[in-house]
Amino acid sequence: MAAEIQASEDERIRSETLATKLMKKPELGAIGGVILVTLFFMLTADSTMFTLSGIMNFMTPAAQLGILGIAAAMLMIGGEFDLSIGSMVAFAGMIFGALTVNLGLPLILAIPLTMAFAAAVGAVNGTIVLRTGLPSFIVTLAGLFILRGASLVGLKLFTGGSTQLRGVRDAVEGDWLARFFSGDALQGLFAWLASAGVIDTFSNGTPKVPGVPVEILWFIGFALIATYVLLRTPAGNWIFATGGDSGAAKNSGVPVRRVKISLFMLTACAAALVAVITVIDAGSTDARRGFMKEFEAIITAVIGGCLLTGGYGSAIGAFFGAIIFGMVTIGLTYTDFDQDWFQIFLGGMLLLAVVFNNVIRKRVTGER
Amino acid sequence: MTEHPLVEMIDIEKHFGGVRAVEHVSLDLWPGEVVGVLGHNGAGKSCLMRILSGAMIPNGGEIRVGGQPVQFTEPNDARAVGIETIYQTLALADHLDAPKNLFLGRELKTRFGNLDDARMLEEAREVLARLNPNFKNLRDPVSSLSGGQRQVIAIARAIYFDTKILIMDEPTAALGPSETAMVADLIRQLRAEGIGIFLVSHDMHDVFDLCDRVVVMNKGRIVGAHAIEEVSKDDVLSLIVKGELPADWSARNLEAAQ
Ligand SMILES: Nc1ncnc2c1ncn2[C@@H]1O[C@H](COP(=O)(O)OP(=O)(O)OP(=O)(O)O)[C@@H](O)[C@H]1O
Ligand SMILES: [Mg+2]
Repeated sequence: MAAEIQASEDERIRSETLATKLMKKPELGAIGGVILVTLFFMLTADSTMFTLSGIMNFMTPAAQLGILGIAAAMLMIGGEFDLSIGSMVAFAGMIFGALTVNLGLPLILAIPLTMAFAAAVGAVNGTIVLRTGLPSFIVTLAGLFILRGASLVGLKLFTGGSTQLRGVRDAVEGDWLARFFSGDALQGLFAWLASAGVIDTFSNGTPKVPGVPVEILWFIGFALIATYVLLRTPAGNWIFATGGDSGAAKNSGVPVRRVKISLFMLTACAAALVAVITVIDAGSTDARRGFMKEFEAIITAVIGGCLLTGGYGSAIGAFFGAIIFGMVTIGLTYTDFDQDWFQIFLGGMLLLAVVFNNVIRKRVTGER
Repeated sequence: MTEHPLVEMIDIEKHFGGVRAVEHVSLDLWPGEVVGVLGHNGAGKSCLMRILSGAMIPNGGEIRVGGQPVQFTEPNDARAVGIETIYQTLALADHLDAPKNLFLGRELKTRFGNLDDARMLEEAREVLARLNPNFKNLRDPVSSLSGGQRQVIAIARAIYFDTKILIMDEPTAALGPSETAMVADLIRQLRAEGIGIFLVSHDMHDVFDLCDRVVVMNKGRIVGAHAIEEVSKDDVLSLIVKGELPADWSARNLEAAQ
């Protein structure tokens, strides 16, 4: 009997090579993309692009986009889209500006309140999607216009007619929380590295790069936490299950509603975080803030290996997707190419990523 | 010993617009009993079972578990009182692997609150091996498994936890002969452990082989409920198709009883 079972054991599944194991990772395409784009710019761009200050230059926009992209990826894994996050950056920026400038609130109150506003809008988005059963694509497309319009109306209201709200820098000046949301972090480390001769310095001995822009740390931290949640916690399982087949997930006892609404709140809060960081940085906010970011965030998620059908993807993939984005945006200025190639380049990357991910996924998982 | 059935459904109703999927259905289940639920396609079997598993909310009627009225608004409510379901359309998360599916919604956690992958893998290996000794693809997303392998995971999930009532909606429809035999053995074993089972099936052979009682639905109503000894396959077939027993049934049955 035992011999019989031995004989009928399925031999086909043993021969899993390292290559197929790697190919099963959704983020493979994005990592490959980073390597490709890096090679491309090493060949075509000025060598200063890959110095420390060059890297900070492209990592800063990558981080701002990546915070949105990782949230968009988690939502997309959960089976939904949010086209309103770009407008949410403007809306949250407007709220944040009004709280700090008009009401003069300290950051310890202004930031949580901004987040709460954003989360509430996200919860409304999610509730409408779940209640009506309409595609989130459509519901949040309405949000895209409503929030953009509300930002405009709100800004005029708070400034007495202008579409730009100034004075944020003065308002947050000296606030102890400001250093977590603006400027450079790890300055002590960089000064020490400079004195040790590890990084480039000006002739007076101060480092050429004074520290890491805070958004890069937020970006990395968010990517790590998101990855941990997705892969190592029950909540992560629920997100994958909900996005894969929400009916099956519900039958299995997954709180599908709670999962989806939380994800909508998360994307909105990610947009609010980007708003806070960029508004403090710029010292003002305007109605065009975050323009088109919803599409860039979705592209980031897709380059990162997310499937539009949900249930599949990774936060690390979106992390690398955003880095590709930053490299391409900034990298072209280091080359002889005209800046106008940027969008062509991005569209091409998106197409390549989608086709690549699709082929790999079909081959590896043998899906229909 | 037990005064109450495991579960009683009393006068259950479910409508979809004009469609009366379930009409005035009353049904009970006792410990260690296997009740076959039969009927033509669209008779309302799955609806009735989904109501009992909390996946569908009835328009009327009452459910009692161990004599106590209960109200299910979601599958977790039913699961909490020991009702587990193997759905006709499998409820698996395609992109997750077998252990994660097995524990979906009831994940094992370490002291730190993160997933205890090692323990879930071990437990999954054990319970799956009980159903299919050849099951090896524990780390693959279940979308890449065969229909039978997926079915095995669904069954494993239903028996792993503290199950008192098991609902199986056509559990062997996707299975090969040896897996079907395995499921039949499993049903006998679970019955011996005192678990009550509703078995929805179109397979007359399985039903007569495994069930203590058959219930036949026709257009949303129960048209016959009989101990398996008092009916023949032809009788049941007549109930399914015509909604009534053959004309000579009571005469035949009286004869047999004497
Ligand atoms: N979610 C739903 N919405 C609308 N109508 C439904 C729904 N689910 C079931 N029905 C209808 O209810 C009736 C009973 O369906 P049910 O799935 O219970 O049949 P069944 O007896 O399980 O059939 P089968 O043997 O094909 O599985 C059918 O007429 C079906 O069209
Ligand atoms: Mg059915």
